[in-house]
Amino acid sequence: MFDLSGKTALVTGASGGIGHAIAAALHAQGATVGLSGTRVEALEKVAADLGGERVFVLPANLSETDAPADLIKRSEEAMGQVDILVNNAGLTRDNLAMRLKDEDWDMVLAVNLTASFRLAKACMRGMMKRRWGRIIGITSVVGTTGNAGQTNYAASKAGLIGMSKSLAQEIASRGITVNCVAPGFIQTAMTDVLADEQKAKLLSTIPCDRLGSPEDIAASVAYLASNEAAYVTGQTLHVNGGMAMI
Amino acid sequence: MSNDVADRVKKIVVEHLGVEESKVVNSASFIDDLGADSLDTVELVMAFEEEFGCEIPDDAAEKIVTVQNAVDFISENV
Repeated sequence: MFDLSGKTALVTGASGGIGHAIAAALHAQGATVGLSGTRVEALEKVAADLGGERVFVLPANLSETDAPADLIKRSEEAMGQVDILVNNAGLTRDNLAMRLKDEDWDMVLAVNLTASFRLAKACMRGMMKRRWGRIIGITSVVGTTGNAGQTNYAASKAGLIGMSKSLAQEIASRGITVNCVAPGFIQTAMTDVLADEQKAKLLSTIPCDRLGSPEDIAASVAYLASNEAAYVTGQTLHVNGGMAMI
Repeated sequence: MSNDVADRVKKIVVEHLGVEESKVVNSASFIDDLGADSLDTVELVMAFEEEFGCEIPDDAAEKIVTVQNAVDFISENV
């Protein structure tokens, strides 16, 4: 089940906790994996962790307008094609709306949403020709529930869901599925910064009584990327330990 | 030359849309006469680009709605 031998996958934000786990999971299923991110050294470490075979390091700064098209081009040069796109790159610039700077709004939307669209657009041509493709967006539970202090982040993640549903309707007939995975609170550098008190409060809202692991998310991505998930499109798979049942 | 272009364009249309050759006349509209949907027209343009080794910009692609439009654009630009 979920064999990805012969498939090629591009994972953005691959040096982060979740991105690393996604890349590892797809790689373990047999896919050739392109690792993208801004930190070359960290990407090299992920590549080494995957054993160095069937792995390509493809640095990119997705806040730049031309970066997505250029990244897909380099990915196709390195791997031949992009069968699976995982839009995982994301950043936060949290603040109360009253204090949120325009540049922090723009930056979060640019990387989390706009770059994801541009990446999807750039790799769709090849996917349409091959009649097979998987576009998977890593959104967030807050894209559905909202979260104080994250107007920009929640908007970008909700936007990713709406974009994916629309795109899914456009290209489903060509064998391309577009889905999202919505993590709840996952143990990563992004959640390590929370105070213990905050974490305890958080756990009381999670029926599974633990933070999620990056591997919990990666397993969902591997499923959605597989042939077995061919009839699943336009969906958001919530992986949050039950903290929000949507 | 233009006959050759027309033949190649028609062949692509027949293959891609799965319609009878006799229906693919110069005046035929991809959507209104040949049953294409909007995504089919995008794919047709992609197929023309490959067949003729050219790039058809988005604003030109939007104006290619009939077989004749495609033949004209390709004849003039390739």
